[in-house]
Amino acid sequence: MKRLLLILSLAIGLGAGAVRADVAPEVLKGLASEDFDAKQGAVAALAEAGDADAARLLKALSDDAVAVAGDKLVIVAGEQVLDAANGKQLKPAPASPDSISLNNSLRQQVDGALAALRLLSIDKAERLAAAKALLADMGDGAALLPLFDKALKQEQDGDIKPILVQLQAQASLASPDAALRLQAVQTLGQSSSPAVKALLLPLIEKQGDTFAEPDEKVRLAAQTAIKAIDGRLVWSDMAGQVFTGISLGSILLLAALGLAITYGVMGVINMAHGELLMVGAYSAYAMQALFRSRFPDFVDYYVVAAVPVAFFVAAAVGMLMERTVIRHLYGRPLETLLATWGLSLVLIQAARLLFGAQNVEVANPAWMSGGVQLAENLSLPWNRLVIVAFSGFVLLVVWLLMNKTRLGMFVRAVTQNRPMAGCVGVPTARIDTLAFGIGSGIAGLGGVALSQIANVGPDMGQGYIVDSFMVVVLGGVGQLAGAVWAALGLGVVTKFLEGWAGAVIAKILVLVFIIIFIQKRPQGLFALKGRFVD
Amino acid sequence: MRVESSISRNAPADGQKEGWDGAANTGHVLTPGELDLSHKVMLYLDDITVSFDGFRALNQLSLQIDAGELRCIIGPNGAGKTTMMDVITGKTRPDSGKAFFGQTIDLTRLTEPQIAHAGIGRKFQKPTIFEHHTVFENLELALKTDKRVKKSLFARLFGDDLDKIADTLRLIRLDDQADRPAGLLSHGQKQWLEIGMLLVQDPKLLLLDEPVAGMTDDETERTAELFVSLKGKHSLVVVEHDMAFVEALGGKVTVLCEGSVLAEGDLATVQADPRVIEVYLGR
Amino acid sequence: MRTPVSVKLVAGLGPRGWLAVAAVFVAAWVLVPLAHLMLPESHPLHISTYAITLIGKILCYAVVAVAMDLIWGFGGILSLGHGLFFALGGYSFGMYLMRQIGRDGSYGADIPDFMVFLDWKELPWYWSGTDSFLWCLLLAVAVPGAIAWIFGYFAFRSRIKGVYFSIITQAMTYAAMLFFFRNETGFGGNNGFTDFKRILGYSITAPETRVVLFGLSVTLLLGTLILGKALIASKFGRVLTAIRDAENRVMFIGYNPLHYKLFIWTVSAMLCGLAGALYVPQVGIINPSEMSVANSIEIAIWVAVGGRGTLVGPIFGAGIVNLSKTWFTTSFPEYWLFFLGLLFILVTLYLPEGVAGLWAKIKARRAEKAALAAARAEAAAVPAAPRTPAAPDSKIPNGTAAKGA
Repeated sequence: MKRLLLILSLAIGLGAGAVRADVAPEVLKGLASEDFDAKQGAVAALAEAGDADAARLLKALSDDAVAVAGDKLVIVAGEQVLDAANGKQLKPAPASPDSISLNNSLRQQVDGALAALRLLSIDKAERLAAAKALLADMGDGAALLPLFDKALKQEQDGDIKPILVQLQAQASLASPDAALRLQAVQTLGQSSSPAVKALLLPLIEKQGDTFAEPDEKVRLAAQTAIKAIDGRLVWSDMAGQVFTGISLGSILLLAALGLAITYGVMGVINMAHGELLMVGAYSAYAMQALFRSRFPDFVDYYVVAAVPVAFFVAAAVGMLMERTVIRHLYGRPLETLLATWGLSLVLIQAARLLFGAQNVEVANPAWMSGGVQLAENLSLPWNRLVIVAFSGFVLLVVWLLMNKTRLGMFVRAVTQNRPMAGCVGVPTARIDTLAFGIGSGIAGLGGVALSQIANVGPDMGQGYIVDSFMVVVLGGVGQLAGAVWAALGLGVVTKFLEGWAGAVIAKILVLVFIIIFIQKRPQGLFALKGRFVD
Repeated sequence: MRVESSISRNAPADGQKEGWDGAANTGHVLTPGELDLSHKVMLYLDDITVSFDGFRALNQLSLQIDAGELRCIIGPNGAGKTTMMDVITGKTRPDSGKAFFGQTIDLTRLTEPQIAHAGIGRKFQKPTIFEHHTVFENLELALKTDKRVKKSLFARLFGDDLDKIADTLRLIRLDDQADRPAGLLSHGQKQWLEIGMLLVQDPKLLLLDEPVAGMTDDETERTAELFVSLKGKHSLVVVEHDMAFVEALGGKVTVLCEGSVLAEGDLATVQADPRVIEVYLGR
Repeated sequence: MRTPVSVKLVAGLGPRGWLAVAAVFVAAWVLVPLAHLMLPESHPLHISTYAITLIGKILCYAVVAVAMDLIWGFGGILSLGHGLFFALGGYSFGMYLMRQIGRDGSYGADIPDFMVFLDWKELPWYWSGTDSFLWCLLLAVAVPGAIAWIFGYFAFRSRIKGVYFSIITQAMTYAAMLFFFRNETGFGGNNGFTDFKRILGYSITAPETRVVLFGLSVTLLLGTLILGKALIASKFGRVLTAIRDAENRVMFIGYNPLHYKLFIWTVSAMLCGLAGALYVPQVGIINPSEMSVANSIEIAIWVAVGGRGTLVGPIFGAGIVNLSKTWFTTSFPEYWLFFLGLLFILVTLYLPEGVAGLWAKIKARRAEKAALAAARAEAAAVPAAPRTPAAPDSKIPNGTAAKGA
């Protein structure tokens, strides 16, 4: 029945296209009738007609503004009542028009038709938008196929044409003609979209004993097409994983860089380092709250304000720790581990009492939301991109600090040979405090970054402490390069392993790998070499 | 363990006691792991090179110590004396070159405990004794015994061992301090304790790195006497800066400079060598 | 010359030590059962179920503390993952207890409830033999021992020391905890094992059973002490402390530190496993949070509070900290972590020798005062002959007390 109507409408449409005329009376009748099939046919005919009147009527249908008044089909546009056939206003307005009802499938069809009609619009932007919208949600493809055919014939633009080709192919998948289906499958095989793959998969599935797709040639073509799409997907999948790995690595870097500095300078592993991350994250939270209440217009820039605040607060906390506890345990690294663990407990509990034991909400500012769509299945979130860039920036600043300033030179001197540095006049005690402060401040920055992508709670730091340690152990001490390579490497490797074996096994494997690596190279990736290293 | 075809240097060095039977030119059975002194060479270093990050600590160093010899190594700081000892005791692996203990024991392939067990004892520049153990316990630990875990769990000290420790205590003049924690000794006493530990270890080759640093003249004299009495039964390599001490020891002298041997001979010859004067002894 | 201690055959405990051991043993097996079983609840000397369970639990912790002192106080090896071995022992024995529930679980099946919940039909292969008491007891010792041995072999062989080693042990227990939290590993997931009914046929909650478990805990602790003292007094102990103080030097004398460290590390792990096995029936539950990093680090503070390198001190350390924890978590829960954190900080800063060190100082001060008083009395009695006061021998510390990190 549908097919009959389609052909009918095609005929009518062709006819209608030749002469710009009012909407055909058969169409109006079909719309006015109670029979939904007839309505479907009418809508299809309207779609075929494709002219301005048809479009108007379709739009009105979609707005539930079409009614029957006496023996006329009318469109109710606010105060006015228009003739459905040609859009002219009817005066006087007929009394109490009866609204036409649409069911869901009709509605879908109308929407689809409207979208399809936009494909024929004169405006390129509108055509492009319509094509993309249809790609996302086609609705009843089979009914729209003739429209796609028509649009393709008219289309000149290089951006829109490939989309139309794909639309046509997707619509043809349901065509009764095997040759058409075969061609459609072959066309779709060129895609690299997981959505297309999803469309093709049912073709090779079985329903009970028989295949969903009766024709064998089409089945084979579908299999080839799926394989081709998979092949292309693999690359973007991998790229996606590499990116996530780099993103994780950049956070690890921020978390571990400070630890590497303090360990290098003082030989102190600070178990409260994770809590410095937490301090940074809570600083971001506080800034968000402040901006929301005091500067609501600039709330999107609270992150920018949070950066220096987090740095200084974390640095202050770190320097306080150094002055009161760590400096008195100089030369006793194992006891420093324990004392700093105690500090971490105190800090966590303090955070619980101050901010509550639950996680707090830190929202991404608008300019960090969303992402960059590189491919069908590869979308790089803005917040992670910003964090990667931010880490790079921090790394650059630290590098400049370490290598181009006097302070940095002193820090390096104390790292390499503390007694000699002291003899030459470097104020080692003060350098210790400052280095600790810088290391802690960097951790605070890491906390700000974390607040944008992870939950902020009192014990958020605990999850990163083991990983930070691993970075320091792996990367060696005394050179920034070690920490960088170790952090990025660990991030990427962990992500790949996760995808392959699950998060827990991945962690265990990484740990085992580090132990084995340490066997061969106990000083880490990039360690200070020479006679003085024990 | 390979059999090294030796460069024959069979003539014993001057002033050396003939303490070895003449197995040099007859065939004999090799026991793996045992020290083979058939060619009277105790220590053989050939072309040893050690670089630390571009800096050459040892530069094609070749050296040979005969069995029963007392050799003194002198040279400016940075000449590689300590690094050489590190290579011999297994602490540092050379980048290239051969290091053999006797004919067959390849030092570059053994770990520190294995080398110590094979019969090389070392005294460090800084006295490194066990501060929290008593003097007696220090000696007990160093005593030449089976040093595996199982033995140590049930170890008892018997007559011979006790006597040996007692004798050594007397020799190093610490017999009245036997129960004192070693950390409480004076610097000189610590040096002597460490020498004592070396003695009870009964090594065949003693490496002594600046053994009299910080000692009084009296102590230095006694040390020289002790070393001279040891040579013949043991071989000694002494690194020192104190020329009077070197003279008192009276052995052959090797001068190291910038990682290789600059000159070798008895003290008088070496002291007169213009190159040695240039780099080390001064005018 | 006096015969030095090393020649004496007595295994470290002097006659007074043995007397104390005997007294505690008798108290545990005679007095406590009397107080719990015979006396009515209203009697002032009655020991309640709560007290027995609490002390029993703390005794198991004390064993762990002594085991930790062996490796840290005497071996210089700070492990931040020892809780793993304790937990593994607990899980091993827990498997036996789970099997003993038999059909009395919620599902009435032959396999434990959590397996039914996961839709498993039969026991996995690693649960075979777990209905045997002896087998599970063996597992409780062998599994931690094996894992410790493997881990220690690789770690010590690559000469990982000090802080790096501690961090890696932390990572080890963290990874294991993650592993045990998974449901598919067949150990109860995040709920672990609980709801035990029987042990060796006796009801697990019966007072008699509790008393026996208590006695066994005391026995284990005493046994650990005796073993520890024997080890430390032997040559092994001297080599171990030498390795702690100057590992490089020890190598040049001819000892292989790997073997010594590995031995004490494995023994320590096995002791923890046994302690875990005794802990689980008394507490009634074991879950992966026992493997948490925080738990393991807390073990270190028991030893630090009690006094490293004394073997007896850590027992008191474990007692003090755990009793404080019980008190705080019932009265002022928000302040417990503050207290614990401050304890860590203050003990490491101001009390490096722990309570035992404090006690030793007090004793030394008293002895000094007594000696001075005696000397003064003598001087007063013989005014003509001036005498120098007796040298304060008590100032020379004991040979093997640990100092520094």
